[in-house]
Amino acid sequence: MEWINAIVQGVLLGGLYALFAAGLSLIFGVMRLVNIAHGDFIVLAAFLALTTTSALGVSPLLALLIVVPVMALLGYVLQRGILNQTLGDDILPPLLVTFGLSVIIQNGLLEIYSADPQKMNAGAIETASLALPGDLNIGVLPLLMFLVAVAVIAALQWVFYRSALGRAFRAVSDKQDIAQLMGLNKAHVFGLAMALSLAVVGIAGVFLGIRTSFDPSIGPGRLIFGFEAVIIGGLGNLWGTLIGGIILGVSQNIGAQINPGWQLLAGHIAFLIVLAVKPRGLFPRID
Amino acid sequence: MTTATYSISRSSPATRIAALAGFLVLAALVAAPWWAGRADMRLLSEIFLYLSLACLWNLLAGYAGLVSVGQQAFVGFGGYMLFALAIFAGLSPLAAIPIAGLLGALVAVPVAFLIFRLRGAYFAIGTWVIAEVFRLSFAQVSSLGGGSGTSLPVAIVRSMASSRSMREATTYWLALGMAVLVLAVIYLLLRSRNGLALTAIRDSEVASNSFGIDIWRHKFIVYVVTAGLTASTGALIFLQKLRISPDAAFSVNDWTAFVIFIVVIGGIGTLEGPIIGVIVFFLLRETLADLGTTYLLLLGLVAIVVMLKAPRGIWGFVKDRTGLELFPLSRRVVDENQKNGK
Repeated sequence: MEWINAIVQGVLLGGLYALFAAGLSLIFGVMRLVNIAHGDFIVLAAFLALTTTSALGVSPLLALLIVVPVMALLGYVLQRGILNQTLGDDILPPLLVTFGLSVIIQNGLLEIYSADPQKMNAGAIETASLALPGDLNIGVLPLLMFLVAVAVIAALQWVFYRSALGRAFRAVSDKQDIAQLMGLNKAHVFGLAMALSLAVVGIAGVFLGIRTSFDPSIGPGRLIFGFEAVIIGGLGNLWGTLIGGIILGVSQNIGAQINPGWQLLAGHIAFLIVLAVKPRGLFPRID
Repeated sequence: MTTATYSISRSSPATRIAALAGFLVLAALVAAPWWAGRADMRLLSEIFLYLSLACLWNLLAGYAGLVSVGQQAFVGFGGYMLFALAIFAGLSPLAAIPIAGLLGALVAVPVAFLIFRLRGAYFAIGTWVIAEVFRLSFAQVSSLGGGSGTSLPVAIVRSMASSRSMREATTYWLALGMAVLVLAVIYLLLRSRNGLALTAIRDSEVASNSFGIDIWRHKFIVYVVTAGLTASTGALIFLQKLRISPDAAFSVNDWTAFVIFIVVIGGIGTLEGPIIGVIVFFLLRETLADLGTTYLLLLGLVAIVVMLKAPRGIWGFVKDRTGLELFPLSRRVVDENQKNGK
């Protein structure tokens, strides 16, 4: 029973990892940019939510209404102001600039909020649970997070393949110059992609802050989880990313069940096994 | 009328002066135990070890195009191997340093097979995962102190040299020797056939592939050699600290972020760049380190500005304007008549 419980909780945790991963996957798909500071933006969003809840006295879930637009705006400004200048054939500039951003965000947060771990309180919903047959209990909050993750992935999928914005994303992804000739402003399209990515990061950050305690230094760890979910699921496949997140969450929980020290290690090993056996991920997009 | 005769030369007056100056500086540095204080020698050792890490990262990222943010995997691995060999096998730390390097190169082989499947930026994060796996694994080894780490036993430290000053001089010379070794290896590598291939790969992978260069093999060799030398450097770093813990050994800030900063500021893809970068980095650190987090904020900011405004760093800036080169690496045409004053 303990094992089934570990697996079920792992699946729910996987939803959060898929949220970490979705934004990363999106901007890589659109502009081949890997944002090393992605995890630090998640932590930044969590701190933003913390300030919002304490300043306005609202529930962290309501703070989403502020955090998500602020993060999206930040993403757009960042892309137009800095990151667009780094895009090109050379992979080094975007990598190093986002690495620098990561250092700046971490130390900026450290300066403002100190290194103390923080946590947000979402009220009664945190301890509420649903009893399932067979002694299983599922927390309402983890379940809610999982369902939101599924909804976010579905919404991104819809945006990418069904909307005009998604058409623009796919066009600049395929051939930047031709897309430009067709009247798309690629600087603007990239800005929107980063805005969307950081909007998802905003949701992920709020959920992270409700689920566990956080401090300025944990960003890189979240980047790695998101990255592993992307690679396990297969590059460019959003539903694959969700499954990648679930595999990662389940592996970690099974590892923790065997030995508490093996939780993170088990997740990394699952990732390395997938990399060894299927280097393009379990469900690569065919192209 | 004289016919123009040309020859191809690698050296120039600048490289000859630089070589002479380099040997004079090296001689002064070798003699440091006689003229420098204890604190100065510690600082100099740290500079040498950062110089080797920076040169090695520059070889990886600047020449082989392998941008790694996980070199702390090998720094920490080397450090832990030194402690393990000294504590469990009773080896002298001096003998353990090259063996740690060898083991580092050995462990890099399967790692390379795995992460070379990832490209570009994903390769970078892949190297980070490897470093995390190393960190978490060593934290599980309870005989090496687990998560809280361990110290090098006093008896082993004493066995290195009879007196404290002799011991300090020894670790100092080892650090200096390491930096010289790394520079020499990279210099000779770049002047060899392999170096020509690497430079070609750096400039264009597609073009070099069409000339029949086996890109995978060259990158693999560079990765493994770099890992070995990085592990040896790591062993030295922790021989100096006398204490190791998973968080210190596999710190991404200490062994990768600072190193990247040094190379980017100095000039990536040049042999001179890391030398300039390490001087700038330590000047900044010695003057601004009291500022704490603000200092790190500044470092991040400077790195971003340099990457955006002068992506080839300080040395790239100088080289573009003057054509100056301190290490005789690139070939240039020399007009023999002009040289002989005819």
